[in-house]
Amino acid sequence: MLEISLAHYLSVAAILFTFGVLGIFINRKNVITILMSIELILLAVNINLVAFSAYAGELTGQIFSLFILTVAAAEAAIGLAILVIFFRNRGSIAVEDVNVMKG
Amino acid sequence: MVETIFFYLFALITLASGLMVVTARNPVHSVLFLILAFFNAAGLFVMLGAEFLAMLLVVVYVGAVAVLFLFVVMMLDINFAELREGFQKYMPLGLAVGGVLLAEIFITVFARSSMETTIPVMDGPHNTAAIGLVLYTDYVYLFQLAGLILLVAMIGAITLTLRKREGVRRQVIADQNARKRADSISLVNVPTGQGAGPGEGK
Repeated sequence: MLEISLAHYLSVAAILFTFGVLGIFINRKNVITILMSIELILLAVNINLVAFSAYAGELTGQIFSLFILTVAAAEAAIGLAILVIFFRNRGSIAVEDVNVMKG
Repeated sequence: MVETIFFYLFALITLASGLMVVTARNPVHSVLFLILAFFNAAGLFVMLGAEFLAMLLVVVYVGAVAVLFLFVVMMLDINFAELREGFQKYMPLGLAVGGVLLAEIFITVFARSSMETTIPVMDGPHNTAAIGLVLYTDYVYLFQLAGLILLVAMIGAITLTLRKREGVRRQVIADQNARKRADSISLVNVPTGQGAGPGEGK
């Protein structure tokens, strides 16, 4: 318990990942919170990759984490843009309203 | 010993704020807790020796993505109480799925991962320089591809949200430059004591 091992970091990442999944389940109507839950999941994955990278003495995991950060930033930007135009068209961001795929 | 204390500090604050992100009533609070979670995850990264990624997390995530979230949450005028309906209804399912997932991951982690406690010291340059040395040589194509993804995302976000609004006076520089003196100025001979008539002098 007192010495920090790889399993400690993996446990933190696992719990954070679970919180992200839980967030997607319990906030079924709120797209913004679902997007934030996805960010939490990606953060957990990054913690995993960086922990493995550090304990293995390799840099590859950190490079991969860098690319995940890039893709996550792009995803957040596009997702929020879609959210803004959806709100502009419908006046609501409830997920149930997103069942008609025409503009 | 100090490292242990800091690990538990960062880990507990990360997890607590992660839980608050998904359960907070107000999405603005959710975003602020997300920022707290990112800061503490950056602390964990520093403890793992990944200083560059930690700084990237603070600058890119807290500085750009979380602020973008905050901006959108505050810009949209949403009835958040309505969006929270079903919170109780979906809670058992979420807890069940989350519990199963967590149990599976924990079984895997503790069955397979080593209890190694020493982080091997990487020889060679410092973390940031070491990342730079491989990022611009071995991973240069992937690096360019990441830039391309960001470009596509930027163009996509702009084209999605750009709109032409009716009834708005915009500046059209070509029209301004195309104006001639004769279009805008007319000399009127105003009779004394009568003034310019209503149709004149425009």
